[in-house]
Amino acid sequence: MTSNAIVKFDNVVKKFGDFVAVERADFEIAQGEFLAIMGSSGCGKTTTLRMLAGLEDPTSGNIYLDGERVNGRATWDRDTPMVWQSLALFPFLTVQENVEFSLKMRGVGKAERSQRARKWLDKMQITEFADRNIAQLSGGQRQRVALARALVTEPKILLLDEPLSALDAHLKVRMQAVLSNLQKDLGITFVYVTHSMSEAFSMADRVVIMSRGQIEQIGTPEEIYRQPHNRFVAEFLGSANIFDAVVEGKAEGGWAVKHEGGSTVIPMAELENAKPGDKITFIVSAENMQLSMPAADHDGIEATVVGDEFVGGTAMIFLETSTGQEIKVQKSHDELSTLNRKPGSKLIVNWTSENCHVLPGE
Amino acid sequence: MGNESKIINGWLMLHIALCLIFIFAPIAGSFVFSLNSDRFPSLPLGEFSLEWYRAIWEDPLVWSGFGNTVVVGLTVAVIATTLGFGGAYTDFRYNFFGKSFYLALALLPPTIPVVIMGLAMLAFLSRINLSGSTISVIIAHGVMCSPFAMAIIRLRLSQMDPDLEAASWNLGGNEWATLRHVIIPFTKPAIFAALFITMAVSFDEFAVAWFVSGLNETLPVKILGFLQGQVSPRINAIGSLAFLSSITLIVLAQLLLRNPEAGKK
Repeated sequence: MTSNAIVKFDNVVKKFGDFVAVERADFEIAQGEFLAIMGSSGCGKTTTLRMLAGLEDPTSGNIYLDGERVNGRATWDRDTPMVWQSLALFPFLTVQENVEFSLKMRGVGKAERSQRARKWLDKMQITEFADRNIAQLSGGQRQRVALARALVTEPKILLLDEPLSALDAHLKVRMQAVLSNLQKDLGITFVYVTHSMSEAFSMADRVVIMSRGQIEQIGTPEEIYRQPHNRFVAEFLGSANIFDAVVEGKAEGGWAVKHEGGSTVIPMAELENAKPGDKITFIVSAENMQLSMPAADHDGIEATVVGDEFVGGTAMIFLETSTGQEIKVQKSHDELSTLNRKPGSKLIVNWTSENCHVLPGE
Repeated sequence: MGNESKIINGWLMLHIALCLIFIFAPIAGSFVFSLNSDRFPSLPLGEFSLEWYRAIWEDPLVWSGFGNTVVVGLTVAVIATTLGFGGAYTDFRYNFFGKSFYLALALLPPTIPVVIMGLAMLAFLSRINLSGSTISVIIAHGVMCSPFAMAIIRLRLSQMDPDLEAASWNLGGNEWATLRHVIIPFTKPAIFAALFITMAVSFDEFAVAWFVSGLNETLPVKILGFLQGQVSPRINAIGSLAFLSSITLIVLAQLLLRNPEAGKK
């Protein structure tokens, strides 16, 4: 365990009967880090969080919290408060009583409880609602109560299970800012489970991507976006074109590879050890693709427009080659104005070598 | 609202009114005659009189029956609600082999014909030397009332966000503390409703009490005794009071069972 790690998952497996919910989770979380665990539903992200909280016990492997092995330790004996997707606020208690709850469970006296709860109500700017019932609060106010309730014991780590999923877009972004600032101010570790890429990438220092119980990639948002490890991650991010290719031989500055409809040179930095005949998979992100009208001597791939999608200031054009390779291109409306992009029309797609990235996990 | 639906609504109201009259007419009749000075219930009515209420007030037999009923009712309410809460919480919290069988068994007693229930209780209780006492009525009524309490509390627990319990554990409350500070406060309205309803069921129950009560008759059993002796308007007075106490308990329970969240808005 590295010196500043607060959490360590050591080969952790969780099975429910025959179903493997988490398969060999093996990673560390640094003190003060904002870590997001991302994946679609059923990928094991919530189970991973619940094991850390002590609500599930690993089938095998070890979990270390602050240097101590915590397998089998009940959740009430850990200080790993969680913010729930449903918020799970107690409807029969007032806002202040909700915030005081964990202090009361720990036997803190009435006066001190009240004082410490007040401090967190202040911090979350909900002091004026202290005596209200939960039913009388708006969605954003409830979020703040849930945060105050979880943070009142001043834990070293806070677990969040899709806490923003029920909010509308505007409020969601506001709460993201609240969470980000809170985490920086407190300097404590946040472990944030979400299925939303925008939430994970905008807040987290590092992101763990999971699918079917397995960790597909761990890295900073930048790393994951620029260098997805495998096809799953590339597809999950959704904005990259994925090409299967075969290495043909050395070329100037890299390796010449042959792919559906053409050939490309992959820079040496992306593909160090290769020999002719090797199969590789590389990606080019949609915004790095170029489109042009068909010409007599082009050096790209010919593809047919399938349709397009309006994405704010840009448009995403979907094309297909004659062999069925799907291609997406993201361009500003200006750049697209000179092109005939009616469904069914043909366009030439190309890209430059430096925008090719080989998926090392394939 | 269209004309047609107005007519339909009118018929529906009439239908409901007729149903209510059908149900409550005998009770209302009994109440009216309990305030009538005539010896026999006949029209036209005689003078207004509280004579029959005075008669039961001064009758020690009525008082002893009433006393037994109250003691049995209160004890049964507490026992049945405790058992019902345990049964309902077990169902909410745990999954285990044979759970559906357990639930069927726990909810079975009200479906057994009371005569069979009474006979079985008498046979069993006399074998263990517990028949013919107040305790025997308490045991028998406890068995009959627990399923009602369990059903009411189960319904309330089913409305609870299952994360609430886990949230309490996660915030440092162990299982007992969570039961005390989360589960019981959440189910409190249902717990009180169960107390009132089980008390009302025990108050009104006749057949099983008749089998097992021996000399410690509850009020409904006493009433049968009065009826067999002589027809007296006192029955009307007792009936009116018994009805009033039962309906009070049921109304209290219904008020508690209204969705409290909906009530707040």
